[in-house]
Amino acid sequence: MIELEGLTKRYGEKLAVNNLTFTVRPGMVTGFLGPNGAGKSTTMRMMLGLDRPTAGDVRIDGQHYDRLKDPLKYIGALLDAKAMHGGRSARNHLLCLAQSNGIPSRRVAEVLDTVGLTAVARKKAKGFSLGMGQRLGIAGALLGDPRILMFDEPVNGLDPEGIHWIRNLMKSLAAQGRTVFVSSHLMSEMALTADHLVVIGQGRLLADTSMADFIAQNSRSYVRIRTPQRERLLDVLHLAGITVVESGSGVLEADGGRAEQIGELAAQHQIVLHELSPQQASLEEAFMQLTAGSVEYHAHTDAPYDVPPPAAQQPQPPQQWGDDWNRSRR
Amino acid sequence: MTAVQVVRSEWTKIRSVASTVWTLSLAVVVTVALGMLISALSSNEFDDMSRRDRLSFDPTFISFAGMSLGQLAMIVFGVLVVSNEYSTGMIRTSLAAVPQRGTFLFSKIAVATVLALAVGLVTSFVAFFLGQAMLGSHRASIGDAHVLRAVIGGGVYMTLIAVFSMGVAAMLRSPMLSLGILMPFFFLISNILGNVDATKKIGQYLPDQAGSRIMQVVTPLDDDTPYGPWGGLGIMALWVIAALLGGYVLLKRRDA
Repeated sequence: MIELEGLTKRYGEKLAVNNLTFTVRPGMVTGFLGPNGAGKSTTMRMMLGLDRPTAGDVRIDGQHYDRLKDPLKYIGALLDAKAMHGGRSARNHLLCLAQSNGIPSRRVAEVLDTVGLTAVARKKAKGFSLGMGQRLGIAGALLGDPRILMFDEPVNGLDPEGIHWIRNLMKSLAAQGRTVFVSSHLMSEMALTADHLVVIGQGRLLADTSMADFIAQNSRSYVRIRTPQRERLLDVLHLAGITVVESGSGVLEADGGRAEQIGELAAQHQIVLHELSPQQASLEEAFMQLTAGSVEYHAHTDAPYDVPPPAAQQPQPPQQWGDDWNRSRR
Repeated sequence: MTAVQVVRSEWTKIRSVASTVWTLSLAVVVTVALGMLISALSSNEFDDMSRRDRLSFDPTFISFAGMSLGQLAMIVFGVLVVSNEYSTGMIRTSLAAVPQRGTFLFSKIAVATVLALAVGLVTSFVAFFLGQAMLGSHRASIGDAHVLRAVIGGGVYMTLIAVFSMGVAAMLRSPMLSLGILMPFFFLISNILGNVDATKKIGQYLPDQAGSRIMQVVTPLDDDTPYGPWGGLGIMALWVIAALLGGYVLLKRRDA
């Protein structure tokens, strides 16, 4: 279990992490989601005692990190795949970590086998691909057989096979009752692995919810309608208590109405429909809207390339959207 | 977490990187070879020397002449041992494994110091005996007064130079910055400050100027240095302690 209480980190004028309070629980995969620069890595470094919080507190199983006797036996972390000396062999890299925490050296061979690096155990880490480096980092995290595991963007730069492997590994670790905390900036990735979700943007907590609740609340479904008899249809739907918003170029979006019901209403009133289609907003869109107000590095939409503008900069005023969502949770 | 565990871990770290082997071997080879060369040249020139120079002729010190260059390899060793952690990103992994930063830094430095001392002593004895062999009839014997002190002192001097560099690297973190300051300082600036009359008074308190006094057996005639061999080594040790304290305080306070 990892407990954060009012965790804050300030770099000069900039608040990188702003008053974060949440708990990471055992037995499930907790996704830590936020756009680039949201403060995920800073938060994780503070959890490991690498960066000192400006205010607030982090506790690992009730203790401060530097009070843990042999910390690798409590918590294993993959911060980035490059956090090792490239001139050292994979085996020696793990051996020096094991010795520092009094972990028997046979564990080195075991974790190398778990991550599939036994064949290159005596090779220098600088010759490793990104995926192999990532696996070696994960081997280091598993070394002390810890109850808590933490992975910072573990699928970055991995091939599909590697991504699949990491997903299954995280799920199986959680199924063994361990605490698994994994950061990502991709909602789609989290939807596949996480049971619980902590979302931050510009260092602030935006959501702390189960994955199922997040999906239920955020996958907005609506019916897309096109009709030449716009005014009549709007009246009919209004009387039936169905809210409709216009989304430009004659397209109507009916929230909270089912396609069947709208079709039957249109038939009763002899209204011609050109389109009637149920739609579902993706989780990625929901995430982008949630964090839209807190994205630090926006792409310029007037760039000289023919790309559609990011959804984050579309309809509703985003910050309010996130606030509404938070309020409805409480 | 015990210091013994961390010392074992640091020993694994130091013996598993190539830079340890090449920096230390370079220190031995350069110090011994240059010492032999200068000893041979001095031996040939002895007959042409003035009376004054003959009186202050110090065969022991001459056989350590290679240290002016060999100490640079020791500096590289000391800098790399510490700054490797930062330049590779290993420091985050290391401090996550050993969050007690004092234990981490001093275990690392203890292991590197013992290794540097072993190599330094071997270098010093080999440089002495091979240098004396080159000096022929002008040679000193290990049994002569103060010679053993000078030879052991030579090994200690090389070790302290390496440890001083470790402290500086712990403060500066970057290997390029540390080497960029230490190499020209010990190769040029300190020598200039120590030999120009105007700056001599200050220059003689610099770590290498003070420390190298331990390797002298014959005192130069017009010598007015206010400290003896052990006093000089003490001054150097104070520099080393200051560098280590600086490194420790900064490591303790900084975000990794």
